[in-house]
Amino acid sequence: MKVPSASLRPAGFDELGLRQALADRMLPLLVAAMAFLAALAAAGWFGTAALARHWQDGAGSALTLQIPNPTGPAERGSRNRLDSALTLLSATAGIASVHSLSDEELGELLRPWLGTSAEHLSVPMPAVVAVHLTSGSMDIGPLNAQLQAAVPGAVLEDHGVWLRRLSALAWSLQACSGLALLLVAAVATAVIAVATRAGLSARREAIEIVHGLGATDSYIAGRFAARATTLAAIGGLIGALLAVPALLTLASVVAPFSGAKALPETVFDVLAALPPGLWMSLLIIPGGAALIGFLTAQGTVRRWLRQLP
Amino acid sequence: MVRFESVGLRYGRVSGAETAPEVLRDITFALPEGAFRWLLGPSGAGKSSLLKMMYLAVLPTRGHLSILGADIDRTPRKALPRLRRRIGVVFQDFRLLQHLSAFDNVALPLRIAGRPEGQIRADVTELLRWVGLARKLGARPPELSGGEQQRVAIARAVIVRPSLLLADEPTGNLDEPQAERLMQLFQELNRLGTTVIVATHNDTLVARHPGAALRLDHGRLVAHG
Repeated sequence: MKVPSASLRPAGFDELGLRQALADRMLPLLVAAMAFLAALAAAGWFGTAALARHWQDGAGSALTLQIPNPTGPAERGSRNRLDSALTLLSATAGIASVHSLSDEELGELLRPWLGTSAEHLSVPMPAVVAVHLTSGSMDIGPLNAQLQAAVPGAVLEDHGVWLRRLSALAWSLQACSGLALLLVAAVATAVIAVATRAGLSARREAIEIVHGLGATDSYIAGRFAARATTLAAIGGLIGALLAVPALLTLASVVAPFSGAKALPETVFDVLAALPPGLWMSLLIIPGGAALIGFLTAQGTVRRWLRQLP
Repeated sequence: MVRFESVGLRYGRVSGAETAPEVLRDITFALPEGAFRWLLGPSGAGKSSLLKMMYLAVLPTRGHLSILGADIDRTPRKALPRLRRRIGVVFQDFRLLQHLSAFDNVALPLRIAGRPEGQIRADVTELLRWVGLARKLGARPPELSGGEQQRVAIARAVIVRPSLLLADEPTGNLDEPQAERLMQLFQELNRLGTTVIVATHNDTLVARHPGAALRLDHGRLVAHG
């Protein structure tokens, strides 16, 4: 006799009565709730990752120099105040690079507070110079004194310490999101395991009959796994779909801080409202739920079947 | 074919380290391929337990058991399903799946063995017609009488043309003509080479079909022949 072919079984042949034992309401509902939470945790992961990256980059440019009236004449020489400050900074030991922010870059910095029109304000703006250090920190006292002499009114800020702290905070928040994801996966596994065990108890007699007729562990576990996989995938899909409007709402709340449009108008706006990684996660969640359903049911049923000879 | 050597069987533990008493003790006998045996003895003598060991629902707690030429002590667990597919069993309480139709109940062993659906349809329909249930293919066990359920159980046991056929009180729910028809089926299968063992209390049936018997009493084999 040839190897058994699953395709020969009539579609919907439910010899173990699993349509009743693993009912199609409670399990998908619970998995949908888990998938929804997983989507939120994934959003937290990507959001905090972006923040951490942003702050990490900020921490690298450890000093910021603000120069009011940058085009005015410097105290010494013929150059303007900005050029004078840049020359002084470039000649200072311990400074890796000096970058004077363009109007667009300034607008980008001010957008969380002033919106997208920041670049076109008619108020006088100071020049902002981002200073990258060769080492993690330096004593800015002597440099500040030199700057005050050359460009009076310049404000030198060392915000690297705070940015590093904020960055560490963001990383820890990202770790929390990761832990929440793991916890959700663990709870989903437990929920499916409990449902499978309840199904095993309810259909014990049918399993013993089928086992006695020569069904292998793979055959019986396969029936349970097919049912659990289907129900978990449905639950995962429902949860991921329900998460989309919730995440878009959250994205519109934080839109002013990220520069996105508060109310998406086109499909492209909707896609752009969430990071690509998060969209990918939403696509992966139903598959992940199905995989958890398959592996959990297989493991639970095979372990249970070992009590039979 | 079937060989018991000093086989003992006990079910689990009573409590703590105390072990349950043996329900079968020092069972030793051998049956050649194609044998027919009655399995006789009073209630509680161990007939059902002996049959359970033969259809591999329980394994001996001591001694050596060989079924269909396979030494069970040395057979890995994953090889047992293939062995079970060569054993047909008719249970006293039928053990049909209540949510499946008569057709699907009888087709189940063939589907488990992975037979093609076309062959299954032909074989199952033919066999159910033979046992007089041609009009009840789609009926579920709760819709069938005790006798009809018994016939479905018999059809399920013989559909795989087993090498070893075991029956536990198979005539309990059948009237005399049906019981006689069943015995003719068993004898026909036996004539074709199937080893048949029938446990029964029905003395009239045994008298009408005299044959060798295994006789149990208080968990011991007291007569064989």
